[in-house]
Amino acid sequence: MRERVEVAWVLAATMGLSAGLLAGCRGSSSSSSSSGSGSGSGSSNHEGAGAQEKPVTITWWDTSDSTNEAPKFKDLIVKFQSKYPNIKVDYQNIAFDQARDKFKTAAQASTAPDVMRAEVAWTAEFASLRYLAPLEGTAASADLGDYLPAPLSSNKYDGKLYGVPQVTDALALLYNKALLQKAGVSEPPATMEQLKQTALAVKAKAGADGLYLNPQGYFLLPFIYGAGGDLVRVEQKKIVVNGAEAVKGLEVALDLIKSGAAPKPDLNSGYNQMQAGFKDGKVAMVLNGPWSVADDFTGKAFADKANLGIAPVPAGSSGKPGAPLGGHNYVVYAGSKNLPASYQFVQFMNSAENQAYLAKELGLLPTRASAYQLPDASANPVVPKFKAVIDKAVPRPAIAQGGQLLVPLDQNYARAIGGDKSPQAALDSVASDYRQFLKDWN
Amino acid sequence: MATAAGRLRRSWDKYWYAWAMVIPVTLVLGALVVIPLVRGIYLSFTDANERNVAATIGQLRLPDSFQVIGLRNYTDVLFGPSSKFWSVLARTGIWTFACTFLHYTLGLGLAVLLNRPLRGRAIYRVLLILPWAVPTFISAFAWKLILARDNGILNYALGGVGVGPLDWLGTDALALVSVIAVNVWVGVPFMMVAILGGLQSIPSELYEAAEVDGASSWQRFWHVTLPGLRTVSAAVILLGTIWSFNMFPIIFLMTGGGPGDATQILVTYAFVSAFEGVRDYALAATYGVLIVSILVVFSTFYRRALRASGEVW
Repeated sequence: MRERVEVAWVLAATMGLSAGLLAGCRGSSSSSSSSGSGSGSGSSNHEGAGAQEKPVTITWWDTSDSTNEAPKFKDLIVKFQSKYPNIKVDYQNIAFDQARDKFKTAAQASTAPDVMRAEVAWTAEFASLRYLAPLEGTAASADLGDYLPAPLSSNKYDGKLYGVPQVTDALALLYNKALLQKAGVSEPPATMEQLKQTALAVKAKAGADGLYLNPQGYFLLPFIYGAGGDLVRVEQKKIVVNGAEAVKGLEVALDLIKSGAAPKPDLNSGYNQMQAGFKDGKVAMVLNGPWSVADDFTGKAFADKANLGIAPVPAGSSGKPGAPLGGHNYVVYAGSKNLPASYQFVQFMNSAENQAYLAKELGLLPTRASAYQLPDASANPVVPKFKAVIDKAVPRPAIAQGGQLLVPLDQNYARAIGGDKSPQAALDSVASDYRQFLKDWN
Repeated sequence: MATAAGRLRRSWDKYWYAWAMVIPVTLVLGALVVIPLVRGIYLSFTDANERNVAATIGQLRLPDSFQVIGLRNYTDVLFGPSSKFWSVLARTGIWTFACTFLHYTLGLGLAVLLNRPLRGRAIYRVLLILPWAVPTFISAFAWKLILARDNGILNYALGGVGVGPLDWLGTDALALVSVIAVNVWVGVPFMMVAILGGLQSIPSELYEAAEVDGASSWQRFWHVTLPGLRTVSAAVILLGTIWSFNMFPIIFLMTGGGPGDATQILVTYAFVSAFEGVRDYALAATYGVLIVSILVVFSTFYRRALRASGEVW
């Protein structure tokens, strides 16, 4: 009898406690969302979050490179912490290639992080699934006019703003100056034809491979864009990946491999092989983005940092270089329990000063025009060189299916390199794969 | 009627413990197998995807808004204009047959070898079981490194004997051979252990009798060992077939189904089609139902064939 009474007590106590907890959660989250969700109530957020009274914790999923880049982001968090002691940041580094899937799983179950670093192509997809909080009128979108238009464009979906660009990037031609000199070439190639001749000259005279092409679809884009082609044309809702221009672009890339200007790439770990060869001085030229520069400097070929040359990707037959615009955005989870603190965090992380700090330390390209004016940004020699590349880069389509466009391209680029499919047939199957998820397009 | 109830009562009085033991299993199986299965079958007749299933995003509670669309998923998968189902199914057949055949024959050979008195037998047994003890994803990554075209150990070794670097995972036929080889490496130990157990249950008198009758070692293997292993073999071949058919991690981690679709089997293809981009739960369920159906049909025929040859199972 006595025991039974005790059990009843424990039960009652736990139920009461959990009910209390639930009520507590509901209370705090509803209060924060009512002050943060609508764009109309935005003005109050600017001050409201800065004067955060109750201590809160927000979670940030960072997808940057955990060895080279993450420590610098953590530096910024330390600064944030001292400025806003009431907002604790739970930093989590999530592997980039798993982050999109993880976020979507967590977002559906209300367990997603408050703030996420999302790749440009994911932003529209997340927004279309209603996972993201609109940022107009919040602290997160302060000084909107300061952002470069092209990186900002990837944050808009259905007329609303769902993120702010953290970093922008584009592919450029990175080259080993010493190897090019050995081959008797003083200027980096400016056209695809020159690229081929330079690569062949390096191979003949410098004892290294001239060029290594990473066999992934993203790295094929400079060839497609350069030839005047594209994957899709959003405003006409048209799939153009198998059009004549794109096919010509693919042929140029394949010709580089066939002619021996570039070795046949490793289809399974192309990126790693490309980096390994370039860092060791066994490869003279690669197409890669600013994120790779910190990694390049760890290699023996670039012990002298001045040996790394950066030039725009060579122009294709259209006469213009066509580098795809990449980058990452800060987005805020719509189900965040601490929206004002999250906005505050994004605002702080993305201030011109902090962007310039990351530019100095890592060579990451700021997305704010004013950040480029700061001495920190120009302190890193990589940044001004990439800025010239960014200004001419081609933004990628901000559609919900943007994140799916590259997978079929990856597969079929590999098929074309392997010789299993003609360029036209390879891109025809890309188009046919696109039709599966771009249903009402033509 | 009364007698039936009486029989039930008597059965309960006599076997109540058996019933009591069955209940938890029934409940757990119901929760873990039957409910998801029924739900999966239902989803395959709808257009459920990430956009229209119920979700809780903070305060926002979105209810289910998908619709029943009948057999459209099935007709799309089986007969749609860009469907690759049949070619992937054919490859899955090749993959499953090759893997199970090699698993069984190699496992049988090793088991027979290890069943003899042999110096250091315990060590061999431990070493041979090792591939099975290593988590599959580690095996997959390790083999991916070994098979890498540039800087892979295998190509390095082959280079030493003058064979040029082969692109193990980058060319169609070689990639399929490579993933089959790795799956065989991973799966043989289980077959070996299972068959070894079977071998040890064959009474040694049978061998002695056969020897007295003057049977050669081949005849002993053929007429004593193999029949003695029948029950075990039937079970492990059925299991092996189902496992190979559904072997996701090796292919997904080593080649991702590539190059192109050259190593895509049904389970990996289903995953890629359904979870790339906006998740298509209906499509995933459709593939799931198709895969289960194929395996059920296979198992039924397999068991019927066994029964026809006199095996009670």
